[in-house]
Amino acid sequence: MGEIEIVLKDALAPGMTRLEGYRAHGGYRALEKAIAMGPKEVQDEVTRSGLRGRGGAGFPTGRKWSFLPNDGRERWLVCNADEGEPGTFKDRYIIEKKPFMLIEGITIAAFAVGAHNAAIYCRGEFLEGIELLEAAIAEARSAGLLGKNILGSGFDLDLWVYRGAGAYICGEESALLESLEGKRGMPRLKPPFPAVAGVYGLPTVVNNVETLATVVAIIEGGAEWYASMGTERSPGTRVFSISGQVRRPGNHEFELGTPLSELIAAAGGLGEGRTLKAVIPGGGSAPILTPDQSDLPMDFESLAKVGSMAGSGGVIVLDDTTCMVRTSLRLLQFFAHESCGKCTPCREGTEWLRKILVRVETGHGREEDLGLLEDVSNNINGNTLCALGDASVGVLLSTLRAFADEYRAHITGGGCPLAPVASMSAAAAGPA
Amino acid sequence: MTADFEAEARALRERYPRGTTALIPILHLWQGKEGYVSQEGIERTARVMELPPAYVESVLTFYTLFRREPTGRYRIQVCKNLSCMLQGADETIAHLARRLGIEPGETTPDGLVTLEAVECLAACDEAPAAQVNFRWCPRLTPEAADRLIDALAQGDAEVVRRYG
Repeated sequence: MGEIEIVLKDALAPGMTRLEGYRAHGGYRALEKAIAMGPKEVQDEVTRSGLRGRGGAGFPTGRKWSFLPNDGRERWLVCNADEGEPGTFKDRYIIEKKPFMLIEGITIAAFAVGAHNAAIYCRGEFLEGIELLEAAIAEARSAGLLGKNILGSGFDLDLWVYRGAGAYICGEESALLESLEGKRGMPRLKPPFPAVAGVYGLPTVVNNVETLATVVAIIEGGAEWYASMGTERSPGTRVFSISGQVRRPGNHEFELGTPLSELIAAAGGLGEGRTLKAVIPGGGSAPILTPDQSDLPMDFESLAKVGSMAGSGGVIVLDDTTCMVRTSLRLLQFFAHESCGKCTPCREGTEWLRKILVRVETGHGREEDLGLLEDVSNNINGNTLCALGDASVGVLLSTLRAFADEYRAHITGGGCPLAPVASMSAAAAGPA
Repeated sequence: MTADFEAEARALRERYPRGTTALIPILHLWQGKEGYVSQEGIERTARVMELPPAYVESVLTFYTLFRREPTGRYRIQVCKNLSCMLQGADETIAHLARRLGIEPGETTPDGLVTLEAVECLAACDEAPAAQVNFRWCPRLTPEAADRLIDALAQGDAEVVRRYG
């Protein structure tokens, strides 16, 4: 177990954002190999590698591909590049540093599933990444690596980039497809799943940026090689975005199952004289871990077993100077803002949680507020169409449990014991 | 601008021929020209898309990057989410608001800057993360924010080239 660069390999090498530079570092060998293997072999290879989606849900990629019905309809591949999970910045990094690896991965995946149309849905803020991707697509097309008859294989693929316009919910795959169709990005009722009725009602595979980049490495190195890393049920490596109160926030790629403490060390550890208070291990939706869990293996099963989740791979480190009420409040402000409003429990619940947390943090909390926070959370949890509802209460419920005394101290002490209320700007507090 | 818009919008409809996929790209196109999407922008987009203006508005208002109000020449977006908060984003936002004499969401009276406090920009390694006109502006501490505003106000050539 440890740090190994596969997806991030040569990310900082000069010329990597140009086709020539990418090829000089082995780029497009995997596509040549994939074409020689044929679609079914490629799909089997990815299935055997055990690759699980790197977007958040961790669903096995090969199985996701296999759900496409064989009904003769046109198929689509959509890359989810709407990275917006708090604390996650790996997809942005892959796009900006290795755009061709993503494009090669999309080409291989489209070849494997028989899709002749593919789109990269980028969040609107990724303008610089979008420009890089568009230049890279143009270069790949003129080199015969996209478009008609790719590398003489007879396989055609039209790939375009789509710029979103600011909505976290569009990272949810069915909301993303709505947005791609030019609509309000609200999640669809499922089933049918995108494999059956995706974009324009057509069979669609939606895969995350890192997932598709990883496909390149799997085809090049082989399923056995890939699965020899990581754990049995969480094979391979993963790019972790490590941020918060560490000395050197950044992306680091580790074998799945590497202890959390190694990730924190790779990011430079905590500041001088600070001690670890909590870690959000999988983006702002993931329930917190406490310092006694700092040797926990970072893989899908180990995190689920302790009631958290691997999520997006965004690891946010919190030290002893940070208030847990304020942490929950900041995330609830986010979720209340980003709730699309389709499901009542999420639309109303997140806003009420935000309001209650504002009054607890600013010293106007009431004795019954802690029970109320829990009650409202439990009425959201499990009662919404998409995962945003559950996500919104992950950190809140876990901190209510692990830091009950700190919440209580806010109420009995008339405010935050860690940061004077005055330091919380109006912008940070938001409307009461 | 009018003739350009028509031609470019029609080209986008051809590029994204299915469904109403071209709608969001056309709204980006309008906003790129006007800085925000006015009622005229909605109506002109509706005409190109052959959709009711109310439908265009319903899509427009779902997405936070589209603005309905006149916007400054430089749109500064500072991330306020957790990882940036832990690295002092609240201080940066409060500092900018004080220095510019506006609240987040507002534009300076001279039309130079619109300040926005936004959700996670996916750049937590550069906290406090920010963008100016959607170009990265990493580690925007209060001191860096002062330098940025000075450079924007003076029309510093390098800054104009990067963000203009």
